[in-house]
Amino acid sequence: MTDLAATDPLPKPKRDLAPILLPIALALAMIPLVGSTSSWLTLTAASLAMGMMIFIMASGLTLVFGLMDVLNFGHGAFIAVGAYVATLILLPFAASMQVDSLWMNLAVLAPAALLSMAVSGALGLVVERVLILPVYGQHLKQILMTTGGLIVAEQALYAIWGPQIIPLPLPASLRGSLVIGDVAIAKYRLLAMLVGLVVFIAIQLVLNRTKLGLLIRAGVENREMVEALGYRIRRLFLGVFMTGSALAGLGGMLWALYREQIHASMSDDLTVLIFIVVIIGGLGSIGGCFIGAILVAMVANYGGFLVPKLALVSNILLMVAILMWRPRGLYAVTSR
Amino acid sequence: MSELLRLSGVHTHIRRYHILQGIDLVIPQGQTIMLLGRNGAGKTTTLRTIMGLWQASRGEINLAGERIESRSTPDIARLGVGYVPESMAVFSDLTVKENLVLAARDGPLDDRQLDWIFGFFPALRRFWLSRAGSLSGGQKQMLSIARAIIEPRKLLLIDEPTKGLAPAIVMALIECLKEIKRKGATVLLVEQNFFAARELGDGVLVMDNGTIVHRGEMAALAADVPLQERLLGLSLEAHQ
Repeated sequence: MTDLAATDPLPKPKRDLAPILLPIALALAMIPLVGSTSSWLTLTAASLAMGMMIFIMASGLTLVFGLMDVLNFGHGAFIAVGAYVATLILLPFAASMQVDSLWMNLAVLAPAALLSMAVSGALGLVVERVLILPVYGQHLKQILMTTGGLIVAEQALYAIWGPQIIPLPLPASLRGSLVIGDVAIAKYRLLAMLVGLVVFIAIQLVLNRTKLGLLIRAGVENREMVEALGYRIRRLFLGVFMTGSALAGLGGMLWALYREQIHASMSDDLTVLIFIVVIIGGLGSIGGCFIGAILVAMVANYGGFLVPKLALVSNILLMVAILMWRPRGLYAVTSR
Repeated sequence: MSELLRLSGVHTHIRRYHILQGIDLVIPQGQTIMLLGRNGAGKTTTLRTIMGLWQASRGEINLAGERIESRSTPDIARLGVGYVPESMAVFSDLTVKENLVLAARDGPLDDRQLDWIFGFFPALRRFWLSRAGSLSGGQKQMLSIARAIIEPRKLLLIDEPTKGLAPAIVMALIECLKEIKRKGATVLLVEQNFFAARELGDGVLVMDNGTIVHRGEMAALAADVPLQERLLGLSLEAHQ
C-alpha cells in the first residue's frame, strides 16, 4: 500500500503549464514559416481576436457539458439569435454607428449587446425547461432534441427576418486599423480581444472567488455529491445554461460585426469550431476552453495563410493531435 | 429510545435489477448501527436509497417522523443527513478549505467545530489551502468525514470509511468516529473491517441478497463465531 500517513508531507501539486505554453510555442514556431514579422503580428492579432470570440461562445457550452453531461447541439441557435436581436438596436441607430465617435458607437453597441444577452439567456431558459429537462441522462435524445431545436430556431429566424443576408457594417470608430510601424491591427479585433479578456477574467473570478463558483466547479466534478451536500444542482445548472446562452448571444453579435453580415445559418460553421474547442479544452474546463479557442483560431489563421488547401481540415487535425497527447483534453476536469 | 430513521418494506430497482427486496430497519436516536454483509448484498444501495440518490420503488422511509422516500437528495440533506460515500467523493479541484466551505451550507465555517475536527485530523489544517486532489487516500477520507460533520447532522450515513487505508489511519478514523458517537450522533455505518465494526457498533444489521437477515447487538454478534460464519461466511476474527 502506498498510502501516505496523515502526518506525511503532501506532495507539491504540479502546475500544469504545458497547455499554456502550447499557443505561445505555436506562435513562435510560425515566425520563420510566415516570414514577415508584420504579417506574423497581424495573423497573431487576428488569431487572438477570433479566439476570444470563439471562447465567449464556447464557454457556456463547456460548463453545460461538464456540469450536467448535456450534449447541446443547438448551442448555435443562441449565437444566431443573439446576432439577429442585436440588429433591433444596431439597424435603427445605424446613423449613430456611422458617427466617428467611439463613445457614440459604444452607446449603441452596449445596449445591443445587453439585449442580445438578455434574449439569448431567456431563450436558454425556455430551451432548458422544454427541450433538455425531459431528456437528462439520455444522450441520444439530447442530440435529437437540441438539433431539432436548432433547426426550428433557424427557420424561425428566416420567417421573422427573411432569408436574405443582412449587412452589418462596423461602427465608424472601429473601422480600419491601428498602424504601429509596419504592423496593422484592426481596431475591431482589439475590441473583441478586450471583451473576450473581460469575459474570461469575470468567469475566473466567479469560479474561483465565490461560493457560486465553488458550486459550479464542484458540480462539474461530481454533481451527485453536490446534491448530497444539500444544493439543488438543477437550479444551478439552469443558471449556468442561461449564462452560457447569454454569452453565446454576445459572441453572436461580436461575430456578426466581425463578418459584417448576418444570416440564419451563420452558426453552422462556428458550431463545429466550438465543439472542437470544448473537446480539446477538456469538458467543463474554462481555462482549457480559453486555450483551446486560441489554438483553434491560430491554426485557422496561420493554416489559412500558409496552406490554404488544408484550412478546412486543420482544426480536425489539431483536435486529433491534442487528443492523442491528452485523451480527455488539455485540462481534464470531469472523468468523461 | 426514540427512533430516528425507519425503513419499511423498501424496494429499490436499478434499471432491470431488483437490488433491495423489502428492507425493514430502525435506527434509534444516538446509536451507531453497523450494516454488514457480503459484497453485493445491497449495503451501499441501502445508504443511497435513504439519501435519495436512488429512488425507492416501493416502501416507506421515515426520518424523524417525516416521509422522505419521494424527496430529492438536496431536500434529504437539508433535513440533516450527512453522507460519506465509499468513493469519498472529495472535490479534487477544490482546496481542503473550499471543500469544507461548501459543506458548511448554512453559513461560514464554525471555528470551534473546525478546531474539534483538526484535533482528529491535523493533516487537514496543514493542507488547508492545498488541492484536495493532491491529498493521500487517508487524508481524502479524513476530508470526506470532516465534510459530513462540519455542521451538526441528525444522521450520518457512512460507507466503508476504512476501505484501503493504512492501519494507523484506520485507528485515527475509529477514534474520530467514537468521538462523533460520544457527542450523540446517530450513525448508520457500512463497514467491512470487523475490528472497526466491533469497536464502533451498538447494534448490527446483516444484509444478504437485498434483505436484512439478522438484527441485534453488535457485541452479541462479535461474541458468536458460529453466527458470524453462518451470516457472513467467515468469522470476525478471521477478517481483522
